[in-house]
Amino acid sequence: MLEITGLTHSYGPAGRARPALRDISLAVAGGELVSIVGPSGCGKSTLLRCVAGLIRPAAGTITLGGSPVERVPDGLAVVFQDYSRSLLPWLTVADNVALPLRRKRGSAPAAAGEADRTAGPARAGRRARREAARAALATVGLTSEGGRYPWQLSGGMQQRVAIARALACDPVLLLMDEPFGSVDAQTREDLEDLVLTVRGQRDITILLVTHDIDESVYVGDRVVVLTPGPGQVRADLRVSLPSPREQITTRQLPAFVQLRAEVGRLVRERETETGAHSERGAAGPVPGTEATAANTGTGQG
Amino acid sequence: MSTARIARHLGPAARYLAAAGRHLAPGGRHLTRWLVIAAAAGLWELWARAQQSPFFPPPSSILARLYHLWFAGPAAHLFLTPDATGNLLPSLGRILAGLAIAAVLGGAGGLALGRSRAGAAYLDAMLQFVRALPPVTLVPVFIAIFALGTPMEVATIAFGTIWPVLLNTADGASSLDPVLADTARAFRLPGWLRLVRLIIPAALPKFFAGLRLSVSLSLILMVFAELAGSSNGLGYEMNNAESSFNMTSLWAALVLIAILGNLLNAAELAAEHKLLAWHRNARQRRT
Ligand SMILES: Nc1ncnc2c1ncn2[C@@H]1O[C@H](COP(=O)(O)OP(=O)(O)OP(=O)(O)O)[C@@H](O)[C@H]1O
Ligand SMILES: [Mg+2]
Repeated sequence: MLEITGLTHSYGPAGRARPALRDISLAVAGGELVSIVGPSGCGKSTLLRCVAGLIRPAAGTITLGGSPVERVPDGLAVVFQDYSRSLLPWLTVADNVALPLRRKRGSAPAAAGEADRTAGPARAGRRARREAARAALATVGLTSEGGRYPWQLSGGMQQRVAIARALACDPVLLLMDEPFGSVDAQTREDLEDLVLTVRGQRDITILLVTHDIDESVYVGDRVVVLTPGPGQVRADLRVSLPSPREQITTRQLPAFVQLRAEVGRLVRERETETGAHSERGAAGPVPGTEATAANTGTGQG
Repeated sequence: MSTARIARHLGPAARYLAAAGRHLAPGGRHLTRWLVIAAAAGLWELWARAQQSPFFPPPSSILARLYHLWFAGPAAHLFLTPDATGNLLPSLGRILAGLAIAAVLGGAGGLALGRSRAGAAYLDAMLQFVRALPPVTLVPVFIAIFALGTPMEVATIAFGTIWPVLLNTADGASSLDPVLADTARAFRLPGWLRLVRLIIPAALPKFFAGLRLSVSLSLILMVFAELAGSSNGLGYEMNNAESSFNMTSLWAALVLIAILGNLLNAAELAAEHKLLAWHRNARQRRT
């Protein structure tokens, strides 16, 4: 589905460019949820921006469904790290969520698209959009906030609006940059489960950046650990935990505990030790987990 | 604070009022402002009556003249006298026409300029150069092109007031929050939707900042263009009053222009208040 090969990117003028990503290779199968962890400034957001087609990488290729990403791909949705600045302050919450539903559908599947298009009148479209926005807000627990403005909401609520907006447009590829950073623990667990539910219901591929190691293991099919900036893939771990996952019991599984410790160790490791660890090596196989080399990651879907 | 400055000249009583005004609700502050104006007018009245100067008639006779010249008409004409419909309305019409042209062309041009990086780079130096020209100096040029009359006056007002709108809007349109720009791209919003939902709303605060400057400029330009030669309008009335040495009428025209300026400002602020509620509130929230 998504194939990243030799992705390298630097910021700044040529000559004084500062590297942000170095030689990232990653293959993600359709329907897979890949968690990306790594220290602050290692290039996680940069990686997502490259995949989204928002910046053109200095080197390397990204293909999506076989064709190279040169512009923003169809069927993409993004939850930006700067969620509060990504909401339009002059639109209500409901209008914010409904806004991307007006985008052009490049190559919509014929079956679904036909009925929409023959239905024709703009009024029906508007009502359908409003309904979809309401439904999306309901899934993030903001049913009654649709008429308010983003700046009237708390940070965590704004973050949920951004998530609702991304889910409402039924993406094929969903990029989430620390999507649960500002919400309370209870809501955070609810949102993690929401993402897992949505992923179970629709055919959707998700890249999720997080600082929370527990979370990366809990939601992920795979956990990709990046080195401190400029980011390289330090490890690409498969998460073999039973589905469906459950907040209490899954987190008690020995496999979960061990994998979490493993990811934690990999994130904390000093730069100097990078050489000692091959991506494949990653401290040997742990029961319930297997380390996969990044460029052979086949996924499961 | 201007009330404080006035208070210093008006003695302890007014100073007390101004200080009190600061602690009052907005309504109370308005009251204080009017009291200060009334006190100033009262002092002028006493001074003018004592002096009997032909150049500075007392405010009471200026206001009486203002009323008789323009607002003593029949109720059917909204109390406007023929003089008012013949002079006040044409002046107001020219201001509004000039401002409308400036707002539409300046707004649209500013959006285009702000969104096209190349356009801004090439045109900016030239625009700054042209803008440095005091707009009134073009009145002779416009007289040559349009001859005396309304088109010349409207052109003068439009040309003079377009710059603040144009340059401010361009600034606003070019400084769209990069995260919002990314959002629009990531969700593949079509171009027209980006324009009406992102670029225009984001540029609106700057547009209004420009328009506010343009409104005060428009009065200057209106008076100047009409003084240069016109067969009606407030500038024409001022010319008449001056040549017949009718100081009371001249002052009445000045007071009327001041009132007009205040009304235009208030109208602009009301429109801004209505359209930019989100801006005001979002900013309060952030600070
Ligand atoms: N627009 C930019 N211009 C210049 N440098 C940038 C820009 N964006 C990011 N960088 C640099 O690139 C590096 C990686 O940034 P990035 O935002 O991708 O990190 P991150 O892993 O998302 O960090 P965090 O976890 O703090 O969000 C950083 O060193 C940063 O300074
Ligand atoms: Mg980031």
